[in-house]
Amino acid sequence: MASSEEVFEKVQEALVDALGVEDDEVTKEATMVGDLGAESIDFLDIVFKLEKAFGITIPREELFPDDILTNAEYVQDGKVTADGLTELKGRLPWADLSKFEENPRVQDFGNLLTVNDLCRYVESKL
Amino acid sequence: MRWYWIDRFEKFVSGVEAVTIKNVTFSEEVVYDYLPGYSHYPHSLIIEGMAQTGGLLLSQLEDFTQKIVLAKISKAEFEGIAQPGDQLRLTARLLSRQTDGAIVEGHVEVNGQPMATLGLTFAILDDSFGKDQFFIPSDLCRVLRALRLFDVGVDADGKPIQVPEFLASAESAALQAAD
Repeated sequence: MASSEEVFEKVQEALVDALGVEDDEVTKEATMVGDLGAESIDFLDIVFKLEKAFGITIPREELFPDDILTNAEYVQDGKVTADGLTELKGRLPWADLSKFEENPRVQDFGNLLTVNDLCRYVESKL
Repeated sequence: MRWYWIDRFEKFVSGVEAVTIKNVTFSEEVVYDYLPGYSHYPHSLIIEGMAQTGGLLLSQLEDFTQKIVLAKISKAEFEGIAQPGDQLRLTARLLSRQTDGAIVEGHVEVNGQPMATLGLTFAILDDSFGKDQFFIPSDLCRVLRALRLFDVGVDADGKPIQVPEFLASAESAALQAAD
């Protein structure tokens, strides 16, 4: 089984390749969208590269819980409800949602994912 | 202006691989004018040709009904150039396909020698981008026939792929209207 550091190195390589960023920009704390400039289409490439690098399959809904974020049962006035947050935590146990919980605006969710979250997700698949 | 940078399909295996040929000729303005005094076929158009090859490979999977655009060139490594009289062979392989996009790997040969490696990401647009099709069906049908896609195209089992009904009927209607 790959160590956390090995996972990070492979994730870093995939992100450098997919996003055209420098090694040192891909820190564990960096957010995918805000810091690394990933656009929605880049995630196709990133997911493909991670699947190839780790020999895993990444179902889209595991990384992008769009169904929760667009479900009226879990969203009110543009914010994720307490039930919605519980649902998100269940779906994304590897993601650090503590900051998001403070003001869970749906529009901010896209910028939540960090490199470390991605590493933890990959580790959960190995 | 016609914006086709492939001449014909040489091979087409549905959902797997497509190979196209592009002959470079001095009579093309882009070859003559792109860099006066140094006639060659621009690399950017080789990428466009691969996008057309890979885009049609992807598009055929849903009978050419989806709106597919080149969203990202993740890799474009070239060695050498193509000049008048050269023949390019563009091979596009479909590596991954999701509901909203796909990844295609491209290899280009010039006169049988490796010339370029490409990585392309396509977006499959949903109705939020409008419901209109990108192409007039009768025109698209004529182009696909001219490119000989249906002459060489086979499905994963090796059976010839058919002209989709909506394209065939649009083509018939256009021909009747022209009579």
